[in-house]
Amino acid sequence: MVPLSGYLAIAACLFSLGVVGLFLNRKNVITILMCIELMLLAVNINFAAFSHFLGNLDGQIFVFFVLTVAASEVAVGLAILVAFYRQRRSIEIEDINTLQG
Amino acid sequence: MLETAFFYLFGGLAVVSGLGVVLARNTMHSVMFLIFCFFNSAGLFFLLDAEFIGIILILIYVGAVMVLFMFVIMMLEVNRAKLREGFLQYLPVGGVIAIAMLGELIAAGSSGVFSTSEMKSTAHMGQEINNTVEIGKELYTKYLLGFEVAAIILLVALIGAIVLTLRARKDAKYQKISAQVHARKEDRLRKVRM
Repeated sequence: MVPLSGYLAIAACLFSLGVVGLFLNRKNVITILMCIELMLLAVNINFAAFSHFLGNLDGQIFVFFVLTVAASEVAVGLAILVAFYRQRRSIEIEDINTLQG
Repeated sequence: MLETAFFYLFGGLAVVSGLGVVLARNTMHSVMFLIFCFFNSAGLFFLLDAEFIGIILILIYVGAVMVLFMFVIMMLEVNRAKLREGFLQYLPVGGVIAIAMLGELIAAGSSGVFSTSEMKSTAHMGQEINNTVEIGKELYTKYLLGFEVAAIILLVALIGAIVLTLRARKDAKYQKISAQVHARKEDRLRKVRM
């Protein structure tokens, strides 16, 4: 049988990969969205693992909610990206400086 | 024994494909690696008795969200050569933060609080227990409010995405239905005596 810490270790690896991807890819917004997906996936694995090992279904319900929010985030994010590309003909992060943040 | 072998297979492939997402030069290859990562994570969910979530992950993520990513990548013209500039510039700070975070998370996970003696690895559900039925019972009773909020969030995202990308083209020709309906015979017809 696989212990809980095995699942936690895999989720930790995926989450850290998502974080390092956020830092490395400073050019492409789409890759950043994908790294956020990777981090949410790691969180979902944690939820499902604890749900199994505690014998409680609530974790799986929360995975469902996280999936909902992630799907709507991707839809709105990509729509913003398409709208921005129409204005500037570019999706590089350095070009996204209209708000002077 | 077989379960452990499949755990290492799915988990190892998920982490390797996650590495591929971060390191791939082509954005389309990143999407492919992410799809592979989601498939392997669905395998992990199956090992955890969460069949419904695993199937949802494949159907919604791979079937809808990743296809949306592919559409957008193919639609936008991305200059691939320029994308890799400054890749190594942020490697030190990002690597240090990620390695520190990985060390913390693994230390917390293997600290003994979640060890096998504390959290028994429970036996798998029998065939008579249906995961989807159980989730449905829970979702429509205890979490009904959250379920409805999730539905509203999806609706708002749907409308938001449409509003953001909808635009009226100035060069396109549209019908004016009301003007057509209100047109009278006297406006269009002129009697001429020859």
